[in-house]
This record gives sequence, structure tokens and C-alpha cells, in this order.
Amino acid sequence: MTLGKADNRPKVNTRLPHLLMGVGILYFLVPLLWVLVAATKSQPDLLDSPALWFAEFNLVENIGQLFREDDGAYGKWLVNTALYSGLSAVGATALAAAAGYGLARFRFPGKRLFETALLGMIMVPATALVLPTYLILSEVELVDTMWAVILPSLLSPFGAYLIRVYVDESVPVELIDSARIDRAGELRIFWQIVVPMMRPALVTVFLFTLVATWNNYFLPLVMLSDADLYPLTVGLTTWFNTAQQEAGTRMLFNLVVTGSLLAIVPLIVAFVLLQRFWRSGAAAGALK
Amino acid sequence: MTRSPSITAPEADDPPAAPVESSARRRSRRVTARPVAGMLFVLPFFLVVVAFLIVPLGYAFWLSLSSKSLAVGTRFSGIDNYVRAFTDPLLLDGLLRVVLFGLVQIPVMLGIALAGALTLDAVTTKFALAFRLVAFMPYAVPAVVGALMWGFLYSRTFGPFADLPTLVGGEPIDFFSVSLLLVSLGNIVTWAWTGYNMIILYSALQGVPREMYEAAMIDGASPVQIALRVKVPAIKQAISLAAIFTVIGTMQFFTEPQIMARFAPQISAGYTPNLYAYNQAFAYSDFHYSAAISFALGFLVFVVAYVFVFVNNRRRGKRA
Repeated sequence: MTLGKADNRPKVNTRLPHLLMGVGILYFLVPLLWVLVAATKSQPDLLDSPALWFAEFNLVENIGQLFREDDGAYGKWLVNTALYSGLSAVGATALAAAAGYGLARFRFPGKRLFETALLGMIMVPATALVLPTYLILSEVELVDTMWAVILPSLLSPFGAYLIRVYVDESVPVELIDSARIDRAGELRIFWQIVVPMMRPALVTVFLFTLVATWNNYFLPLVMLSDADLYPLTVGLTTWFNTAQQEAGTRMLFNLVVTGSLLAIVPLIVAFVLLQRFWRSGAAAGALK
Repeated sequence: MTRSPSITAPEADDPPAAPVESSARRRSRRVTARPVAGMLFVLPFFLVVVAFLIVPLGYAFWLSLSSKSLAVGTRFSGIDNYVRAFTDPLLLDGLLRVVLFGLVQIPVMLGIALAGALTLDAVTTKFALAFRLVAFMPYAVPAVVGALMWGFLYSRTFGPFADLPTLVGGEPIDFFSVSLLLVSLGNIVTWAWTGYNMIILYSALQGVPREMYEAAMIDGASPVQIALRVKVPAIKQAISLAAIFTVIGTMQFFTEPQIMARFAPQISAGYTPNLYAYNQAFAYSDFHYSAAISFALGFLVFVVAYVFVFVNNRRRGKRA
């Protein structure tokens, strides 16, 4: 007998869980609410008015000033961030898709060894690679270019691993074999049969690498010295340093706050909109 | 798409997870599978692995075996840099600090994440849905922005919290003081990653077959009993993996302390090992020593993580 999910659920008092979840919502929301409120304030109001409530509404001026400051540096950083994370995520997902499929559905010498090594690669802390990568890229004069941020971000052993597991479970061998009997080329099989079948896993890998690159700070901090190439994370911290050093003589704190708000809105929107996709892949992410 | 793959780390001698192979399929595969095609699919990924993982690690190791000084230039120095690293009080201080930090912060965070996941699994109201969404939001916030926001919130000039005790005649709280600094940092990390881990554990709970606890429910076990005695053991694997990835993340602690140093000047150049490696390279231009620290730290984390997963798999293998 199968029981429906609702009918034999014991009627329990859920008041306490709801209270605790309420506290949780408050905790997770407070910093976001603060930045939302603070972004509407002018520099003097930011210092003087109550922290969690509105003062004179200055958001439009702040945004205008944000994009004018430093000859439009913020706009450049926003474009850079989108470019770096977009290209990295597309590239990393493509590499992981091909490799995951190759490992899941082919046999070749060295495969077993590579798969064991793959699990090890997931455990290598990414930041330990950043300094040595910097030294190598400076040998080939790629440091301080966009490629210094994008190329290292293409490495996603976790993505390849996730796709390998996904293909194993969801792409039937028979389907591929029958396509081969019909003399379809390997690339065509991959592109027309396998890729559509692994779409949920692809979206998951794409989103995870997108967020990782969008939010990355250490790598661009090490690789870039030209302010025109900065992503938002590095750019905002340089403004913040200036604001600290000049102790508020220049109106920069309000720009740091408004800039922070605009830096997180795109990703939060993307996550809420794409919830359906990443949640199906998140179970696979149970590894991570 | 109804079923998400449940991830289990592959054991070393795991056969490809395809279902039982019929002899017919095996024959057809022998006819058509082309090893070269498989290699070509893996090749681009492999090249990136070589260029951005193997070569940097090798280069770091090679660099770490030599030293540079004004007097004699660059010369081979064997394990000197490692001896220096493991006797460098600044580095060891940072390492100890990060370990202490992890010992407190990781259990607290994963405990909250697990409690949240169990709650979400048992309570399916709209409110629970809202909680799930809000808790996950900080994951999409860059660590830089998270640290800046909390830095503002902690500060006396911008934030609402530091002056709270003065309302009842107390002293204002200094979140950046030596005694509170680690707690303040821990709160930032907990805020950022609890929801993420909660979603991971919640997804794992969704994969637990209901039959496993239906009998207990009929026997009148309370939801809390079921949660602790059936559900938690059932997702032990996911919990350990969440733990190990959190440990890997903690050992690389960099962004939050680096940003917080602007609010709290007592965050020294060696506050965490990673911060120390960064400053050795870019403040003191000692790339050889920095490489040794990076390599040693990476190796340490790798070994701990790999042993952990390996032992975990062995235990699981024995149980099965």
C-alpha cells in the first residue's frame, strides 16, 4: 500500500518550527534589508539616520553618481563581471559536459586512473593554485588581461564529476548504441542526443560556476592591476579603501553601499527565477 | 526529469554504474564504442587540468625548493622553506586560529543547516517555502559584499547593533575587538553558507524513501524521533560531504578577514595562512616562501579531505 504524502501525516504542533523559521528569515534578511535601505540614503543620512529605516529617498541620485564616479568605472566593472563569469561558466560547463560524457560512456586506457584522480582534484583547494598560476601566467604575459581570470576559472573537476554521474544514471547506453548502428557520428550523438538529455545537470553546473566566478575575489585580486579590468568585487573594495582613507571627506560610502546592492541583485534574481532548474540538480550537488 | 542522481563518491573499483549489462549490449558495444572518441571528449578538460592544476602545483613545488636572497641570488634550498614554514610562529598562529575557528563555526553552521533541512522536510507550509528561499539568498551574495555589509552593520557609525546596550545603560559592543573578532567573522560565514548547506541536506532528505519511516510513524514515533533516529542516519553521507567541503573552504579563509581588516586593523598580515601566503608574495615579494606555504596548505587540506572521503567510503562499503 502506498500512502499519500498528506493523509497519514500526524497532526503536530508546528508553532515552534514556525517561530524558529521566522527568526531565521529575520537573520538572513537583515543585512539584505539594510543594504536595500542604506542604498537609498545620501552620505550624511547614512551616517546620521537610524540604520534600518529610510531617510530622505536618494536612490536615484546614488545610482546616477555611482555610474558617473571615476569616469564610469562601475559600469565597466559590471560589464567585466558579467563577461568573465558568463564566458567562464559557458566554457567550464562545455568542458565538463564533454569530459563527463566521455568518462561515463567510453572505455579507454587510463580512464580508471583519471576518474580516481578527478575525485582528488575536487579536494584541491582552489586558492592554493592561484599564486602559482599567477607566476606561470606572468611568464607567458597573460597576467593583467581578462584571460588571466577566465582561463583558470574553466577548471571545474566538480562539474565534470557531476555530469559523469548524471550521464551514468540518465542517458541509456542502448540509445547511444542504436544511434551508432544508424551510423551517426560521435559528435552528432553527443550534440543531438546526449546534450538535450543532460540539460538539468548542465544548468546546475552553469549556475554554480557562474556564481563562483561572479563572486570570486582572490583570483582577480591577484591577477589584475589595471582598474579598467576589475570585476565588481575588486573594484568595490578599492572604492571602500579610498572611502576609509579619506574618512568620508569624499562621498564614497553611499556609492560602496549602492554598488553592493546592484552587485547582488542580478544573481538573486537569477536564482529565484531559475529555482526550478538548480533545485533538480542540487540533489546531485549533495556532493558539494 | 523525475529523479536526480544521488551522488555517492565512487569507490576505487566501482564498475561504471550502468545497470546490469546484457550480453547483447556488451557485444554491440564491442562493435561500436570507439576509445579514441572517448579520449577526444575528455581531452579539452584534460588540457585545462594540466595547464591550471598540474602545472601550477608542479611549479609551486619547484619554486618552493629554492630561495632568493640579495647576496647569492636564487639557489636550491631543498626543504628549507618548509622547515621555515613549520617553525614560523606567525604562520602557525594563523593555522591554529583557522583550526579553532573551524572547530566552533563548522558544527554550529552545519547543526543549524541540518535542523533547518529537517524542518523543511517535515513542515510544508508557504512559510517554510519562504524560509527556504530567504535562507538560500546569501549564497548569491559575493563574500566581499557580505563582509562589507556585516562590517557596516557591526560598526558604530553605520550599524544598529553596536550601540544597542547603551539603551539600557551598558557599554557599546565592539565587534572588532580582539575577543569578539572571530565570533564576528564566524557570523559572516554562517550567514553566507548555512542556507546553501541546508538546501544540500534538504535535497538529500527528499531522496530518503518514505517506507523507511512509515512503520515508525504508524507506531506513533514523534516527528523529532523520526528525524533523529531515521532521517539523520539516512543522510549521513551527505552530511559528511557537506562537512568536508566546509573544511576545505575554511582552510582557505581569505576574503572575509581581508575585507574586515579595513574595519579591524588588528587583523594582521598572518591572520590566516592564506592571507599570509598572499602577503608573502605581494607585500614582501617572497614568491618562493609563498609557494611553499601555498603548496603545504593545499597538500594538508587535500590529504585531510581525501583520507576523510576514503575512510567514509570504506565504512560504507563494509556496511553494504
